[in-house]
Amino acid sequence: MRKLDEALLPPALALAIALVVGDLLILSFGQSPGAVFAMLLEGTWGNAYGLGQTLYKATTLIATGLAVAIPLRAGLFNIGAESQLAAGGFAAALMGLAIPASLPWPVAAALCTVAAVVGGGLVGAIPGALKARFGASEVIVTIMLNFIVLALLNWIVASHLHVPESLHTPEIHSGGVPRFADFSAVFRGSAANVTLVGAIGVAIGAWWFLFRTRAGYELRAAGLQAEAARTGGVRLPRVWLVTMTLGGALAGLGGVNYVLGYKHYYEEGFGSGAGFLGIAVALVGRNHPVGVIFAALLFATLSQGGLAVNAVVPKQMMDVLQAVVILAVAVCVPEVRRVLQDAARRAVMRGTAAS
Amino acid sequence: MTAAPAAMPAIRLRGIAKSFGPVRAIRDASLEVATGEIHALMGENGAGKSTLMRVLAGMYTPDGGTAEVEGTEVTGWQTADAIAAGVGMVHQHFMLVPTLTVAENLVLGQELMKGVTLDMAAAERAVRDLSERTGLRVDPTRKVSELNVGEAQRVEILKVLYRGARILVLDEPTAVLSPPEVQELWEVLRTLRANGGTVVLITHKLDEVVAISDTITVMRAGETVGRMATQGTTPADIARAMVGRDVSLAQREAGVRDSGGPAAALLEVRDLAVAGARRARAVDGISFTVSAGEIFGIAGVEGNGQTELIEALAGLAPLAGGSIRLGGRDVSTLDVRGRIDAGLSHIPEDRHRRGLVLDFSIAENLILGLQHRFSGAAQLDAPKIATNATSQVKTFDIRPPDSALPARALSGGNQQKVVVAREMGGERPVRVLLAAQPTRGVDVGAIEFIHARLRAARDAGSAVVLVSADLNEVLALSSRVAVMYGGKFVCVVPGSEATAALLGPYMTGAARGAA
Repeated sequence: MRKLDEALLPPALALAIALVVGDLLILSFGQSPGAVFAMLLEGTWGNAYGLGQTLYKATTLIATGLAVAIPLRAGLFNIGAESQLAAGGFAAALMGLAIPASLPWPVAAALCTVAAVVGGGLVGAIPGALKARFGASEVIVTIMLNFIVLALLNWIVASHLHVPESLHTPEIHSGGVPRFADFSAVFRGSAANVTLVGAIGVAIGAWWFLFRTRAGYELRAAGLQAEAARTGGVRLPRVWLVTMTLGGALAGLGGVNYVLGYKHYYEEGFGSGAGFLGIAVALVGRNHPVGVIFAALLFATLSQGGLAVNAVVPKQMMDVLQAVVILAVAVCVPEVRRVLQDAARRAVMRGTAAS
Repeated sequence: MTAAPAAMPAIRLRGIAKSFGPVRAIRDASLEVATGEIHALMGENGAGKSTLMRVLAGMYTPDGGTAEVEGTEVTGWQTADAIAAGVGMVHQHFMLVPTLTVAENLVLGQELMKGVTLDMAAAERAVRDLSERTGLRVDPTRKVSELNVGEAQRVEILKVLYRGARILVLDEPTAVLSPPEVQELWEVLRTLRANGGTVVLITHKLDEVVAISDTITVMRAGETVGRMATQGTTPADIARAMVGRDVSLAQREAGVRDSGGPAAALLEVRDLAVAGARRARAVDGISFTVSAGEIFGIAGVEGNGQTELIEALAGLAPLAGGSIRLGGRDVSTLDVRGRIDAGLSHIPEDRHRRGLVLDFSIAENLILGLQHRFSGAAQLDAPKIATNATSQVKTFDIRPPDSALPARALSGGNQQKVVVAREMGGERPVRVLLAAQPTRGVDVGAIEFIHARLRAARDAGSAVVLVSADLNEVLALSSRVAVMYGGKFVCVVPGSEATAALLGPYMTGAARGAA
């Protein structure tokens, strides 16, 4: 099980480092680390409401994490999850407004979900197509598209679709999906909804796609060694287009969580950085769909935990911890670790040789 | 250069062991090299030659054993220590920055400064000086990405010498060179030796060892199995020590068939032109036909358009003109996959860049290019992939025989066997096989095996295009031989008439003829 060790050790180490840094930060605020962390856990996993909020946040992060992780497997850096997420949410809300209220909710929800996938997918397809056709860097195109798409959506909502005195669209006519609170009263007030189940299903589907299908095989080959893939008959431009579209569609799915599962309307800025946090989730999850699920839970916990401990330490402390986790994972990837181990062994050998 | 006392060897490695995870690369390897000699370190692929030398160069820390350089205990030192002590290694795979010039690459890490800016003029002068003294001619202002392999290697050697190396380790240096370039390299090494330098030459080419070395150490399966003076040793003796049994050395086969029979033309190339990076036309109007049951050998000094020709035939480079017919069908407009489906196999010249996805497992690499035949509508056929891997690993004797290992973990020869197995083995119908440098950096045993497979493909009715910088290989296998120079065929002769003496002048451009 060496492979599993290699996959799990870096995040575990990173967490340990983050814990130590967190302790120091809490001490610097004159608080007891034990008490604050206990408070954090109580406020996230300790009660149904906190858990619900954590799971809700994790749902969006699973979608945006996959939106970054899958393209990274193909050697593409998708920085556009933020706008793809927004486009997905907007498209879902539009569909929800276009369909009649009489439509049964499963049909309406399916239609809205398809709209979210198409909306996010279209935004993802643009950098994919530009790279395939002109060799344009997907990094630059996705960054610029974030500004363009978000500004465009804001303009449409503000000038044509908003409810007076607000920055959001009217509520959708149909298509809301059940919340956990509908099944169990303990979740009352929390936004967690069945989209989470869908997101986990999509992550498992992404795993199957990456490692069990021909398209996934070609995608990974293109990411690991593009020239060898090309020699093996892989059509790189097509892989780029399909992968970026897929990444955009996955991010778009994240919009379902908010629009269908929570507020039932599109609101300017609803993603609030979840798209960018997806980059961190993909990194910590080692670009593996299952890793992405756990990384999403971790970042959701830190984010929700910030609110839980806000009374005693500033909630920005959790932003610092998120950054520490990202840095620590970057340092703890196996390649870097091997270098450190080698240096340590050498130092030991020097020591024995000298004595 | 101060010569060490005669009694003190330049290098003394004793009982070195090194494992990578579960793989024991070397177990009990020893090497003693006298100052001022050219020492050949021989052995099959995976015998542990490169690993042993990397221990010497400070790249790996040994698990056991001791290393001494010029009488000083250096076990477990680092690359920086090795460089400071005058030990320099030239790797089989070049470690140069392609976007920098030759001079910039040489001074990298010890840049000459003029105030706060780089003094590139001084660097270029220093490189020219060194170039003159050693006979390693290369223009210091050229970018490394524009050099051919032979020139890049000269830069590698210069880089090591520039850092003041007195002990030079060369890992398979001739694998990429043409015969005249090899002769030049020998001159350079002899000059170094005359100046008191010590050279360790990792190689598996027997004739080279006999030509250049003073002493030979042979490794097999991670152990040192023999040490002999070159004088009085025959190639057959060395081969036996390397493989552990008698080997039939590559000789021209009595039965090499000249073409001209009624066999079907499987590959027809007409007026093929390919744009080049440095020349307007890297391939400049080439026409030839290869029939079933024929090996068409293309000899020539590297950088004369062979790479571009093969890439154009494989569908990797766009045509600037001309046409390619495969089995009578025009494939000029088909992409790589279309040509694979039409029956084209391709052993690329650079297995690390083109031939393998190094982080894929052996099993995954064995289906690269054939992924459509190993999958249903969407899903890969895992059992079929596993069965294929098991049988290919067995048939082609790929070691270690664990198809879940990443290709990166294999030795060069075994990596090449994976490529050859994929392109020629299994149920794959091979109509036309492009074999570019198929035995580059591969040991005697594997060369024998790969040559046998090429002959078998020919006998099974495939048309084989063989490109090799190793003239002996071309002569030993080809039914017809063409010499490529400046993007054109300057000479095409039947295999039975081809000799090194006849082709040599064409290879260097001294003789030209109509193809």
